[in-house]
Amino acid sequence: MNIWRGQFFSLAVVAAGCLLTGCNQSSPGPNAGGDVIKVGEYGSLTGSEATFGQSTHKGIQQAVDEINAAGGVLGKKIELHTEDDQSQAGQAATVVRKLISSDGVVAMLGEVASSRSLEAAPICQQSGIPMISPSSTNPKVTEVGDYIFRVCFIDPFQGTVMANFATKTLKAHTAAVLTDVKSDYSLGLAKFFKEQFLASGGKIVDEEKYSGGDKDFNAQLTAIKAASPEVVFVPGYYTEAGLIALQARQLGINVPLLGGDGWESPTLIPVGGKALEGDSFSTHFSADNTSPEVQTYLTTYKKRYNETSDAMAPLGYDAMMILADAIKRAGTTDGAKVRDALAATKDFKGVTGNITIDPNRNASKSAVILTITNGAIKYIQTVAP
Amino acid sequence: MTELLQQLINGLALGSILALIALGYTMVYGILRFINFAHGDVFMLGAFAGFYLAPKIATFVPLPSVAGALIIFGLSMVICAALGVLIERLAYKPLRKRPKLTVLITAIGVSLFLEYAGQFFFGASNKKFPDILPTWPVTKVLSLSVNSNQLIVLAVTLLLLLGLRFIVMKTRMGRAMRAVSFNPEAAALMGVNTDVVISFTFALGSALAAAAGILYAINYPSIDPLMGIMPGLKAFVAAVLGGIGNLPGAALGGIIIGVTETLVSGYISSTYRDAIAFAILIVILLVKPSGLLGKKEVEKV
Repeated sequence: MNIWRGQFFSLAVVAAGCLLTGCNQSSPGPNAGGDVIKVGEYGSLTGSEATFGQSTHKGIQQAVDEINAAGGVLGKKIELHTEDDQSQAGQAATVVRKLISSDGVVAMLGEVASSRSLEAAPICQQSGIPMISPSSTNPKVTEVGDYIFRVCFIDPFQGTVMANFATKTLKAHTAAVLTDVKSDYSLGLAKFFKEQFLASGGKIVDEEKYSGGDKDFNAQLTAIKAASPEVVFVPGYYTEAGLIALQARQLGINVPLLGGDGWESPTLIPVGGKALEGDSFSTHFSADNTSPEVQTYLTTYKKRYNETSDAMAPLGYDAMMILADAIKRAGTTDGAKVRDALAATKDFKGVTGNITIDPNRNASKSAVILTITNGAIKYIQTVAP
Repeated sequence: MTELLQQLINGLALGSILALIALGYTMVYGILRFINFAHGDVFMLGAFAGFYLAPKIATFVPLPSVAGALIIFGLSMVICAALGVLIERLAYKPLRKRPKLTVLITAIGVSLFLEYAGQFFFGASNKKFPDILPTWPVTKVLSLSVNSNQLIVLAVTLLLLLGLRFIVMKTRMGRAMRAVSFNPEAAALMGVNTDVVISFTFALGSALAAAAGILYAINYPSIDPLMGIMPGLKAFVAAVLGGIGNLPGAALGGIIIGVTETLVSGYISSTYRDAIAFAILIVILLVKPSGLLGKKEVEKV
């Protein structure tokens, strides 16, 4: 059942994707290639992680418009080609192939979810197209090859930060972990959290799993409750985090839940509500930062989209800005030269902090920890790399 | 022991929602002998009907309240019943004399249409379902946590099941449904208006799906246009497990799937949850191909 239904799905999503996200952006005509630089973007504009994809897209679009308004790069305008992968496995590879072979983009931006970045990365690597992931934190993403970069920190750092927060700030000795087995991101975070938590002398009392898209977590949470941990680490996405918090409180689990940047979404608090009180997560960016870059960015974003920026949009923005900077320094759009320029990025003043690309093509930068207090997300601390 | 009891309560609450959806599958199958794959999406539309009605209702009945919740329940059921009839008239009725496979494929088409039209009109991201029902504090019985929503799910499912049984067994329309299920041609010759009976079946099934959608949304208050796919599939399995075409069978199947899934997630690993639930289906069908209660002499509707 699942299988042949799945195939129907993939047929329909192509059509629906065009309908919803506007494939109309991507037909520049035969003569248009010369005076523009085509940049590809693939993202989860619809589906379960849609708010990530949408925010990232808004950030990238804002960057593209700012670059173009300032005269473009190498005297040419940036032309953004966006494709929707529907938050579905398999779709990322399909749309990225299309962007490279049919649209002829010179560089690729995407994805948020590590699973889908891992799908697209080998294709970009083989085609010699530099790819920058705005916010995939799984280490494996950039290990694919020397054309794959990211502008965010990686899971070992994030998992370690949360384990330290649990043991040092919350003084917890026991923890339970509830992982999304469908997501490389979640598995990675869980692994590094466990390692650091054990290394600090803590004890993992229970490990439970769920699959992304689940709505009922009572079974796993009942098992966690029986193990009575002092914190529960839930390194999943916001879609599930809110429901997990609700059901945990209903079952009488009253210890703090901890998460990663996957929690960062405007729909987290509406769904989880009071159940999220006292829970914390690590992320890339806090709007409480008073530096002029951040404040200018926030004001423009607010004016443009009439909403407050989350952490995904500035990462998309920074990914595009770093790419433009690298093309400028390379003086060409040749894949190998842009790659070298990207690898040499040092102390780039991004909205999400100072970005230096390390030898493994990861961004070395700090994380912030946010806590939910009185229904609002409050900045707690910044943790340097 | 406490943990096992808690898991059983969790499983019952989940299973009774699946049971409500499964009833719709089984009723349509009983009458028309085809699987209405769009049923899971009517379930989704039920939840969205509640989502859009709640702010309107809140202007004259304060929410959350029992009265407000009842109004939303009733209206969503009516809306989905109408939609169910509309779907049947537009998509399935013109194909009634065609091979069953044609209708089946059309049903999958309708299902995809509703899912992606839902993404288009409601937006793809998940939405918070409003609190329409007051929640009482979590009850502690022998250190078991039972929340009011779980009790309400159980109670509403039981009530709807009894109501359905009354309609099918005690009313004229119910008798007509049983007659059409038994032999549509003969029923038509006896003066039963099969079109009306079929429309009524779709209305009833869709209303139950709407009720299930709202119960689901009350328990798991994050709704999106693709939320009907998995529960729809599970409910279909539940209907087959219990013996498709058999009403108590669908309810039993739903409870079995819900409890099995919860126990597997709680004690083995949620990774094997679906695999084990589906393996049970295969085993039961091998031993008893007509499903648990799918006996010939049991009434089919």
